[in-house]
Amino acid sequence: MLILECPYCGVHAEETELQAGGEAHLKRFGPGSSDEDFHDYLFMRENPKGVHFERWRHVNGCGKWFHAARCTVTLEVFGTYTAQTGTPPQALLDEISTKRPGWTWREFTDASAPHAGAEDAS
Amino acid sequence: MSNAVSVLNGASFTGLAEVKDAGLVGMITLRGDLASKSLAKAVKECTGCAIPGIRKVTQADGTTVVWMSPDELLIVTAYQDVDAKVDALSTALTGAHALVVNVSDARAMFTVSGSGAREVLAKVAPVDFAADQFVPGGFRRTRLAQVAGAFWLDTDACFNIVCFRSVGQYVFDLLTTSADANAEVGVY
Ligand SMILES: [Zn+2]
Repeated sequence: MLILECPYCGVHAEETELQAGGEAHLKRFGPGSSDEDFHDYLFMRENPKGVHFERWRHVNGCGKWFHAARCTVTLEVFGTYTAQTGTPPQALLDEISTKRPGWTWREFTDASAPHAGAEDAS
Repeated sequence: MSNAVSVLNGASFTGLAEVKDAGLVGMITLRGDLASKSLAKAVKECTGCAIPGIRKVTQADGTTVVWMSPDELLIVTAYQDVDAKVDALSTALTGAHALVVNVSDARAMFTVSGSGAREVLAKVAPVDFAADQFVPGGFRRTRLAQVAGAFWLDTDACFNIVCFRSVGQYVFDLLTTSADANAEVGVY
């Protein structure tokens, strides 16, 4: 059973109170964008084995949308945060880096890890 | 004007707990900035109640103010007083980014009281009803089996349940089934 803490009302809501809202932090490409950007915005989604960022809605509750960071392998929930942000809070990113060294997801990565590909080059 | 009646017109059931259609109840949805002083003042003047904390209710003179979400309150009051209160609140909030609307006839209200009340609700909502967890004055918006519902616990150990009127029969049937005298679990 997935349990997420709603950052608005503080309820530790179990899955049946929640509605999944897909991937978090999508950047919208609308009218005037290139075909490629528009295509990627519509269709391209992350499907990670590990750290993932998602949108959820406390639908049977306060009704608010929020974000959650969790691990798709272990189902560990790293944390939840409000919807009024384009990036996860730094404290949460740091916590994920501690728990999953070297993690990467879209433009977010473990800032303390050596650059991806550095090991391959040696 | 037509004769207004509540969804099940006062139906009641007694089993592990007493389940009752609470009759006509006035309900006002107020949306706005709950942190604003002018909104708090308007609510205080109109209802006698302070703005409730997160997942809490405040009560005064037969009126209950319920925390619904970070920008929404539900004011529960006498059915016949609603129009006057809506007018008073709307006037007091002139110019503020706020919405006041009478939702009395869109909703139904039930009460569940008696020693088995916590158990009756615990069977249908994913909420911890332990006496030290769900305390008087506490409020929760959640689901009641398959439909959205909300409830608060009065100081007199009576749960007040609010749902959409369109699912009133469903909720009453659900609560009476859960309160069946032969369906005791005995957790609380
Ligand atoms: Zn919530």
